[in-house]
Amino acid sequence: MNARRESEATLMKNRTTVERKSERELVVTRTFDAPARLVFEAWTRPELFKKWWLPKSMGMVLHSCDMDVRVGGGYRLAISHGGSDPGEFFGRYLEVTPPSRLVWTNDEAGDAGPVTTVTFEERGGKTLLVMHELYPSKEALDAAGTGAADAMNETFEQLDELLVTPGESRGRS
Amino acid sequence: MRHILNHMVQYSRALDASFAALSDATRRGVLEQLGRSDASITNLAERFHMTLTGMKKHVGVLEQAGLVTTEKVGRVRTCKIGPRRLEEETAWIEKYRQHWDARFDELDKVVEELKRKEKIDERKKRE
Repeated sequence: MNARRESEATLMKNRTTVERKSERELVVTRTFDAPARLVFEAWTRPELFKKWWLPKSMGMVLHSCDMDVRVGGGYRLAISHGGSDPGEFFGRYLEVTPPSRLVWTNDEAGDAGPVTTVTFEERGGKTLLVMHELYPSKEALDAAGTGAADAMNETFEQLDELLVTPGESRGRS
Repeated sequence: MRHILNHMVQYSRALDASFAALSDATRRGVLEQLGRSDASITNLAERFHMTLTGMKKHVGVLEQAGLVTTEKVGRVRTCKIGPRRLEEETAWIEKYRQHWDARFDELDKVVEELKRKEKIDERKKRE
């Protein structure tokens, strides 16, 4: 894309990378200019987590955030989008190793949800964060992202309806 | 991860171009099938209980929309998912990256604040 603009941005701040590592895995990396224990704290204390998880640009509101950060403990987030009823996102922690490793499940989508592993690796006062999402299948990852299969189908169903009643749709648009 | 649904908006332009191709249930079925594995026109015709000519027409529409590519080897024309799907994957990954980037910018602020507090606390201890 725009190589020059990208390199300028790199000088300004740490870069976020995303890689589809395999059919079932997504990996996100980012470096933070702080020791691992502080970055870890921001992921595990709800009052801190709330401050950054949904930046304004996402257009979503975090209504509540419960986190019982210990092995076997659960978390539950209520999030709404554009005035919609809040949707719940929940799961449980499989591993909690301060300040270097967190693993949790994402259970709101049933069996299709990924297992998320976040590692915090400190190097010279900075922290390399690696977030790894492992989906149960290629299809589950495709559906969560590229295909957004349900949303697609919904869109197509709506389109089918429009095509069936062209007079009405024309009147509206 | 509901926010991913927002990414659909990004596809709307690409989707507009494909709507005609995708407004047909058989063609959507063909795409789904090709998503699992490549297939010949004959295979597809059998699977969807259609004539060869009928299936050729459907595949032609999908091909024009860039959703399917076909390649003729000998007497068999093999169909596979087309280039548009790859573009969409790239677009989705970039969108996903931007989301996390925005999140991490906010996380930077939280972490900076923690760092600052810690320094103040240390100074207080020394005093």
